[in-house]
Amino acid sequence: MTNRKLMKGNEAICYGAIAGRCDAFFGYPITPQNEIPELMSTLMPDNGHVCLQAESEVSAINMVYGAASTGKRAMTSSSSPGISLKQEGISYIAAAELPCVIVNVQRGGPGLGNTQAGQADYFQTVKGGGHGDYKVITLAPWSVQECYDFMPLAFDLADEYRGPVAILMDAIIGQMLEAVELHDNFEIVDRPKPWAVTGMRERDHNVVNSLWIDVNVMEEVNLRLQARYREAEKNEVRYAEYKVEDADMVFVAYGCSARVCRTVVDLAREEGIKLGLFRPVSLYPFPSNRIAQITKSGCSFMAVEMSCGQMVEDVRLAVNGASEVLFYGRTGGVVPTPTEILDYVKQVYDIAANPTS
Amino acid sequence: MKKVFERPKSLRQAEFTYCPGCIHSIIHRMVAETMDELDITNRTIGVCPVGCAVFMYEYMNCDMIEAAHGRAPAVATGVKRVLPDKFVWAYQGDGDLASIGTAEIIHAAARGEKISVVFINNTTYGMTGGQMAPTTLVGQRGSTCPAGRDPEHTGYPIRVSEMLATLDAPSYIARVTPTSPAGLVKTKKAIKRAFENQLAGKAFSMVEVLSNCPTHWRMTPIESFKWIDENMTPVFPLGVFVDR
Repeated sequence: MTNRKLMKGNEAICYGAIAGRCDAFFGYPITPQNEIPELMSTLMPDNGHVCLQAESEVSAINMVYGAASTGKRAMTSSSSPGISLKQEGISYIAAAELPCVIVNVQRGGPGLGNTQAGQADYFQTVKGGGHGDYKVITLAPWSVQECYDFMPLAFDLADEYRGPVAILMDAIIGQMLEAVELHDNFEIVDRPKPWAVTGMRERDHNVVNSLWIDVNVMEEVNLRLQARYREAEKNEVRYAEYKVEDADMVFVAYGCSARVCRTVVDLAREEGIKLGLFRPVSLYPFPSNRIAQITKSGCSFMAVEMSCGQMVEDVRLAVNGASEVLFYGRTGGVVPTPTEILDYVKQVYDIAANPTS
Repeated sequence: MKKVFERPKSLRQAEFTYCPGCIHSIIHRMVAETMDELDITNRTIGVCPVGCAVFMYEYMNCDMIEAAHGRAPAVATGVKRVLPDKFVWAYQGDGDLASIGTAEIIHAAARGEKISVVFINNTTYGMTGGQMAPTTLVGQRGSTCPAGRDPEHTGYPIRVSEMLATLDAPSYIARVTPTSPAGLVKTKKAIKRAFENQLAGKAFSMVEVLSNCPTHWRMTPIESFKWIDENMTPVFPLGVFVDR
């Protein structure tokens, strides 16, 4: 049976959360993600779950910390400045090894910025964000369908790797309307959570904590986290490719930028310029190995981001000098048009295709 | 022989790391005794603060969460909302609750969260070395106000209980101090009342305990008790501010 609906990416996040058996949502108003707390305020209680508007993003993430401590599936959503406020809590959640999902509908920044689409929270999201040695598994949807599909996946990854998982969107992905299939084709794994605080009953007391005074114990905890990240890097790399095989130059772009780049690929090919698109779906773990493989075809790369150049650093690390890596970015909430990207490609194409000439 | 005194079952066999004469130890015991008396240990989740009581999770024999500085009421909210049948308390000091965590405590109280909060007010940041706190008295010395708190520069101490008592939701707010045998009895009674309210399904309860810091106050424990009675209670009057 199909259950096809027209909705915004932000709304699809909510339905995806329900499909992913989210038990509790804690949020705070901020544009451009307001549809999420608004829809959750009816959707969650209607399904017998908890939804609470917190007094701040700081409190919302700490409510998530509390709810996740009990083993329940908990989430929050916000946009860039609000995500900055949550970083303390995210660091504690990572350190306490608690699963949860954090949705960031990015806007223009830094500072208060604006409410238009941006991708400048890449560093903050995929490199940790808060203090200490930790990582956040990050998924970047590029369609309303993926907003829906990635939520159950995110909860599952959070449980499996016992840490926060981020959905990194932007104002356009969150606000645009698309058809979405509200399917239930998900495998939800109920993992035992013997660490959860639920009242002891017959067992010894459980403690959810991120304080280890003994430096050697603290190092052990950090190494345990790192071991999980290595596992995630092995098992959870996700990406998509479009006309990469015969491309002379391959765009690397995610989310909204990837949609624009796909159009550029088609436009360019009409003019005989062989472009392709590599779309990282998991931003952490980053699909470095696949990018390294692609370099063997001799193509060059162009990272396209709605930032001054953040993901491009990971592309350069993956390429590791084997090919030219170019960058095109618009920032501050500006979305690049296909023609301006194509114009830029034409300017640099010859140089990139024949770097020695 | 009849046993007349023993460790409450809700306290673990662990050594407190508090300084000699610190009231934290007394209040920990009272929290544990109250859990025993109400037979709620096995369904309690306690939330401890950042500050001297940061290791409380090692002392209490119930499920525990160590919260970030000031965030205990938000963490407790998260727990209680998803597990409404469990018993949830938070334990915070004055730096934690009345400075960095003012938003969290006010809004937990305003929402009428069905949690019980024990607030230890000793007018100082004990763990970090005796710095000025939001509750430091005018003229009182601290390591960041060595000449004494100057109200022209840093204002006046915050009376949290009176402030929260202006809200409609809380069911019980009281200020007590265990500096005398009568005070000990009243303190225990207040904690029990705060816990019973939650068990009865009533909204937010808080007990503010005027406490000491012999180490940073540079006094003997006995002098510190006297100092509470003579200097703190005029600024932070004892009493029940909300009971409904």
